[in-house]
Amino acid sequence: MTDATRATVIERRPINPFDLLARYGTVIALVLLIVFNLIFTTNFATLQTLNVNLTQVCTIVIVAVGMTLVIATGGIDLSVGSLMSISGALAPMVFMSKLFPIGNIYLAVALAIIIAVGVATLLGLFNGWLIARFRIQPIIATLVLFIAGRGIAQVMTNGQLQTFKVPEFQFIGLGRVLGIPFQVIVMLVLVIIAAWVIRKTVFGRQILAIGGNEKASGLSGIAVKKVKLVVYAVSGFCAGIAGLVVIAINSASDANLVGLGMELDAIAAVAVGGTLLSGGRASIIGTLLGALTIQLVRYTLLANGVPDSVAQVAQAVIIIAAVWVQQQGRSA
Amino acid sequence: MGEDLLLAMAGVDKRFAGIPALIGASFEVRRGEVHALIGQNGAGKSTLIKVLTGYHKKDAGSVSFDGKPFEVTSPQQAQASGISTIYQEINLVPYRSITENICLGREKRRFGLLDWGAMHAEAERLLARFNIKADVRRPVMEFSTATQQMVAIARAIGFDAKLVIMDEPTSSLDEREVGVLFDVIRQLKAEGVSVVFVSHKLDELYAVCDRVTIMRDGRTVRVAEISGIGKLDLVSSMLGREIARVEGHATAFTDRDPAKLGETLFAAEHLSAGSAVRDVSFSIRRGEIAGFAGLLGAGRTETARLAFAADKRSGGTMTLGGAPYDPASPIDAIAAGLGFCTEDRKAEGIVPDMSVAENMMLALMPKLAKSGIIDEARQRVVVEKFIKALSIKCSGPNQKIRELSGGNQQKVLLGRWLATEPRLLILDEPTRGIDVGAKGEIQALIKSLADDGLAVLMISSELEEVIEGADRVFVLREGLTVSEMTRAEASEDAIMAAMAEGSPEAAR
Repeated sequence: MTDATRATVIERRPINPFDLLARYGTVIALVLLIVFNLIFTTNFATLQTLNVNLTQVCTIVIVAVGMTLVIATGGIDLSVGSLMSISGALAPMVFMSKLFPIGNIYLAVALAIIIAVGVATLLGLFNGWLIARFRIQPIIATLVLFIAGRGIAQVMTNGQLQTFKVPEFQFIGLGRVLGIPFQVIVMLVLVIIAAWVIRKTVFGRQILAIGGNEKASGLSGIAVKKVKLVVYAVSGFCAGIAGLVVIAINSASDANLVGLGMELDAIAAVAVGGTLLSGGRASIIGTLLGALTIQLVRYTLLANGVPDSVAQVAQAVIIIAAVWVQQQGRSA
Repeated sequence: MGEDLLLAMAGVDKRFAGIPALIGASFEVRRGEVHALIGQNGAGKSTLIKVLTGYHKKDAGSVSFDGKPFEVTSPQQAQASGISTIYQEINLVPYRSITENICLGREKRRFGLLDWGAMHAEAERLLARFNIKADVRRPVMEFSTATQQMVAIARAIGFDAKLVIMDEPTSSLDEREVGVLFDVIRQLKAEGVSVVFVSHKLDELYAVCDRVTIMRDGRTVRVAEISGIGKLDLVSSMLGREIARVEGHATAFTDRDPAKLGETLFAAEHLSAGSAVRDVSFSIRRGEIAGFAGLLGAGRTETARLAFAADKRSGGTMTLGGAPYDPASPIDAIAAGLGFCTEDRKAEGIVPDMSVAENMMLALMPKLAKSGIIDEARQRVVVEKFIKALSIKCSGPNQKIRELSGGNQQKVLLGRWLATEPRLLILDEPTRGIDVGAKGEIQALIKSLADDGLAVLMISSELEEVIEGADRVFVLREGLTVSEMTRAEASEDAIMAAMAEGSPEAAR
């Protein structure tokens, strides 16, 4: 009974419209975009359009899931694009038996995935090691691999484009399960696992606590260094998977291009999704919606004949608007 | 005017969000004197200085400087008028040269370009006054802390300062460097420059100051010639205690039966770390409230952090429950049964964006989880129990902790540790910044916890709290345990005497 009376007291507080906007702004924007497209864009309500948008947004979301966890601890990971390119360079070398001969193609593909994603995870762990062990600022520590990573990928491939036709591998990018693109399933699985980890596990709570107050977390017995190590490793893991998706779609791997600019797309998705860049809060679903919103704005403009360069400006405007709304909601 | 006053502040009021920080404070500095400004935390020293230098705007009062009414709106303006401030944390530009730091903001120009020759010469001339020879072209960060301090002072004097304010200038210096600084201060004095010296180290005041102004609770409580006031007198004025004054109960602590105390649970021998903790020994029995008394900078918090392994100790041994205790991190300390409520609730205690429940469960959470998954139901039971037991006023477990009052935040943090069922709870200033009602509740709670057998180490700057609350009092002074007193021995006089001039020999 007391709970009920308490609840009414709280509801009587004036509701800040910006609070609502900050919480549901991304959803509102997404709904408005869909409505706009339903009216003005021809052939919008088709499975084809849905698939195009989903497949395009997939890699961003996969990377942004890891990025959300990193940002929730108060950090940032600039190396994700380069890690994608390393993973993308490594996998074809394995399944095309360039490194060592493998007879069975299924075994080769499995090994390729494990090695490529494993290496990306280890490199993420290296980021975390720099940050946790030497207290290097995350933006600097991950800048190391941001710069060096793509170079390493190019050295591995001698700067050459690797093309391949391996349907067993390309299933990652082109295959469908029950009509749903396989990469969309991968994306959804990662989103669901990450959202569950944040909400339900000790590890998730510790991530948020570290982002919210690192000193208090350490004094409360949280292994701050270990959590950071894991979080950056997870970010590397996600980037590794995203790299595989990209090369599977293209049936080619160009170390120069795979994951180029991905770090910024991912950070933008996280920011628009409502996760504070200062840490302490994380919304995986928000990140998904943020990425979808950015993607849909681009699609809307392109489908209606606006050039891509203008679409990029529109993307920037959305980010500014999202951050502004968040700040209004916080300060009030 | 019989005396030659450089600065006269009178009747200064300042409120922050309705809470008074200065109440009719006054402060006078003569020409060419070294004047100590002392007081406890929150006494109003910093606010007074910030009002003077234009960082804060005063609500009422008058300030005159150099014979004229003085009103500035920014520290830059104050500097231009002849008042320079050197802050505790040296604010120089580390990557720039000494010359650039000294001449920053008043560069010499020739033909519209910077005249480096003249500027280097000026920097060398200023430093030479303090017998310092340094390559003024090198970046400041390559030099020792003492030299950097001198550069900061040279910079201040370079502005033709008539008054130099030094806010705890010695806290980052070693003994020899302090000596150099004192020479500089005497040099300034000889040149007719006045110095305001803020420090918590009493010996330093006697070494270099002429007069002292003591502040307490936003008021100026005493001005005296330093040679005419004893250390004990100084401390009692600062704390607002008259020597040998008797009074009734001021806290919610009530007397406890010493016979009920158990065997020794925790003992630390000769702990040391850096210059803050030099040689501290203490012990705590089951069911005992042990108190740490001491002035600011005596090493109380630092010692507590060593016991909790929040900082690494460089020497000393500890035992817990009779067995050696050598934690590598707070994780080990918590596992061994320690809890630590920090002094700075905001910076080291609460996670502001998290709920009451999440904050309270932060330390216990791993234990209440099944293979890493939070057991919400069990957590809820524990949280509800402590919200009730500690009568925490909140709309529910899911309210954000930052929306709670200071007292209720503190209770949540107490709950965080009590939930882990500790054997030893360290409380650093458990009632600081909390309203009177909540204060009494927390004191009563601490007592009842000790009655139930919990060992408590309580650090407090409030004498009543230590005297009435603690079964045993350890007095720390400049990183040394200088006294250990039983409840019967721990009078205000005895504690203040130890805080002011106790020596380790007296403790034996």
